[in-house]
Parts: sequence; C-alpha cells; structure tokens
Amino acid sequence: MGVIWNKLLYYLQYPFVIYALIVGILISLVASLLGVTLVIKKYSLLGDGLSHVAFGAMAIAAILHFSDELPFTIVITIISAIFILKKGNNAQLSGDALVAMFSVGSLALGYLGLSLFSTTSNISGDVCTTLFGSTSILTLTLTDVVISVVCSLLIIFIYLINYHQFFALSFDDEHAKASGMNTDRYNLILAVITAVVIVLAMNLVGSLLISALIVFPALSAMRVCTSFRSVTIAASLLSMLCAFSGIVISILAGIPVGPTIVAADMFLYVMVCLWNGGKR
Amino acid sequence: MNLECIDLSIGYRQPIAENINFTLAQGDFLCVLGANGTGKTTLIKTILGIMRPLAGKVLYDGQKEHCRIAYLPQHLNVQQEFPATVGEVVLSGIMVHHHGFFYGQKAKKKADDIMRRLNIRELKKRSYKQLSGGQRQRVLLARALCADNELLVVDEPVNGLDAQAKKQMYAMLAKLHQEENMTIIMISHDVQQAIRYATHVLDMQAPMMFLSKEHYIKNKQMEISSWA
Repeated sequence: MGVIWNKLLYYLQYPFVIYALIVGILISLVASLLGVTLVIKKYSLLGDGLSHVAFGAMAIAAILHFSDELPFTIVITIISAIFILKKGNNAQLSGDALVAMFSVGSLALGYLGLSLFSTTSNISGDVCTTLFGSTSILTLTLTDVVISVVCSLLIIFIYLINYHQFFALSFDDEHAKASGMNTDRYNLILAVITAVVIVLAMNLVGSLLISALIVFPALSAMRVCTSFRSVTIAASLLSMLCAFSGIVISILAGIPVGPTIVAADMFLYVMVCLWNGGKR
Repeated sequence: MNLECIDLSIGYRQPIAENINFTLAQGDFLCVLGANGTGKTTLIKTILGIMRPLAGKVLYDGQKEHCRIAYLPQHLNVQQEFPATVGEVVLSGIMVHHHGFFYGQKAKKKADDIMRRLNIRELKKRSYKQLSGGQRQRVLLARALCADNELLVVDEPVNGLDAQAKKQMYAMLAKLHQEENMTIIMISHDVQQAIRYATHVLDMQAPMMFLSKEHYIKNKQMEISSWA
C-alpha cells in the first residue's frame, strides 16, 4: 500500500499529471451535467454521433494541414449538433436516425480521407488515439489546459444560469413554450454546449467512449436520487470521482486512460444497481 | 385577456381545419368538442404558440405574441420516467422566467399557495413519477396556475381518471372559473359534464360552429327532436 502511495506522490510532481487530473475532472463534470439533460431527452446517442462527426472534422483538418485542428473541429461539430437537434423534431427523420447517419458517415469518410491523403506514417495509430484517447490527456500543452479549463468553467456557468430553463426544456418543452419560454434559443445553447464538450472530451476518453462519460454518471444518479437537483449534483460528484480514480489507476498501472475512466463509470453503475436492487 | 381567432387555418402541412373565427372575453369558459382527428389539440397548440397557424392569426389583447398561458396537457404527453419532485415540477411553471440555480422566496411562496389550494402541498417532496394519475393531474394543474392566472387551456383533463378524481377536477376548474374569473378553454370528450360548466361551445365536427352554451343546447335539442 505504501509502495503505491509513494508511486502516486512521485507522479504528482509532474506537471503533465496535474494537468491531466485538472482537465479530466473538469471535463467529466461538464459531460455529466449535460448527461442528465440528454439522457432524459432520450438523446443518449447524440454524444456518440457528434463525437464521430468530430472525428471526421478532425480528419479533414489534418488532411488540409491546419496548424491547429481544434477550432475547425469545434465549429463543424457545433453546426452538426444544431442541425441534429433542430431536425430531430421533424416527423420524417427522427433524432436517432439522423444521429446514426451523421455518425457512421463521418467515421467512414474521416478514416477514408486519412487513409487516402494523410502524410503521417502511422495512420492506424493516429486513428486509434483519436477514437480511444489513449494518452492524449497525458500530453496536454499548457495552452490546451487553459482552453479546456476556460471552456469548462464557461459551460458550468452557462448551465447554472439557465438551469431552470434546461429543466423545463427536458421535462416538457411544449409547456415551456406555452409559458413564454423561447425554446429554440435554449435548444441552440444546449446544442452548442454539447458540441464543445464532446470535442474537449475527445482528448480525455477518445470519441468512441464519450457517450459513456455523458451517460453513466447520469444513469447512476437517477437510480439513487429523487429530485432533478439532487440527480444533477450526484451525477457531477460521481463523474468527478470516476475521472479522478480512472486517471490515477491508469497512471499507476500503465493502462490507457480513457477506457479506465469508462470502466470506473461502469463499475460504479453496476454497484449502484446492486445496492438499489438489494434495498427493494 | 381577450382572445381572438381570425380566419385561422390550422394543421401540420395540410390544413386540418380552416376559417376558424371566434372571440373570448375574460371569464368565458369554452368547451371544444369533436371526434378525434377534427383538430381540437392542433387548435389549442396553435393558440398556445406551440404550433404556427397555416393561415390567419391569433390575437391576445390585440397583440400577436402572448406573454404566457396556463396549460394543462394530457398527462400522457409528459415524460413518465423523469426524476423530479412535485415541488420542482410545480415551480417550473414560474421559473422559466428566472435565471440562476436557486429558487427565489417569492416563487416558492406562490407555488406553496397554489399547491395548498389544490391539496397537494404534502406531496411536495414526493417523486412525480410515483404519483397516481389523479395526483399527477393536480400537480400539472398547479404548474399551469403558476405560469398564468388569466387564461387556462386544458386538454382532456379527466381522461383516464377514476370517478372521484374526475369530480374533483371538474370542481376545481369550476372554482377557477367562477371565483377567479379565469378564461378557460377545455377539450373534452365528456360532453354532458363539460357543457355543464361551459359558457360557450366550439364544435369542431363539420360544420364547425362556435356558439354560446344556450344556443348549442337548443341546436342539439332541435337535432334530436328532428329524428323523432
């Protein structure tokens, strides 16, 4: 036990580990906040779909040799998010069919594009890193950290200011409209925040696993708590706990960060289900 | 509030009903009747601003936009598995116009008063999804009353309720109409009961008719006696 503790303290001396913890915890927090709203609106797969769009956008940016892929990726993902959330209310194309189309299409075109046009030597490795986020969170520059922290804090602020509006939107958007709320505006804000969170989270867990970050803490919290407010707070705390333990365990054991965090989230969910099942 | 529908045409892409014209003054109680598919729910969604009219317009005190309307939807339309307490659901009627994470004292007091009037104050901390149909209806009515106190639109309020709950719902609506002078628009299939409380009737079944209650009853009696 002492050996593990010493090893941890040793690693904590390194800036990259501190960066990873700060960014990892903040991103999990914002992802779980969104998760409560998205899961309830039955848009659990939106995170998945948008993350594949982000992958495709990043691929295009890489092919076109952009010096920094992040702004381009964020913009494309935001536009897709807005499109999906708006069109998802159309009777012809339901939300999840649309997500599926965007998602798989971007993934395929992105990988195809990279295979045909990329100049890096290790395409599979790059793709794998982007999809699973193997060590990207441990190689963050100070700029990356600052951007992630600023965006996360901004999103938390926006969420808290508009907390009641997001509640009304999730619970009953028709009633919200009748009460005089501009539902279009808040759907837009939700779309933009979701897109930004997903692009930021790609660094943490990679695009394939982002859904887990969004969905699991919310689902765990919903099993335990009654009120929306307590679900929101519980989901935030649980996600931060899982991110922290996931990063620490992965550093100590030398295993990929992303899947470890997701495994922690899943483990917690199973524990909560068992605990709940035992109570009845 | 003065509500006017002028040459209103409603529907999704194709018009379901056209040339709807009527005016309601504050304190009127309109009962909307008609078989399924005649456009009752579409009409009220257009009045509420949830759907756009295909033609014509709706005016609220002469204005094209409304500030807020109390709306009691069929409880089936609301998310069933949503994690929320009764208190949170009721307060959402007021809080859409407030920002921030917390509830103000004024808002909490208003919600408390309304919940007390509807006898659901004790349910405040209970989970919404665990309530019975009748209790949920009262919670949604409380939410509606938190949103507005001039115009209330109700969509089949007694659908799926037992006899006792039905009686209580009608009694509450009658009280809101008589004691608070609320304008009420109610969709109902329960023609007999609904007509009891209404001042006006809009029959969406072709040919569409907007009549005062007395005219409607006279019309129906003439119809029945013409069969004999």
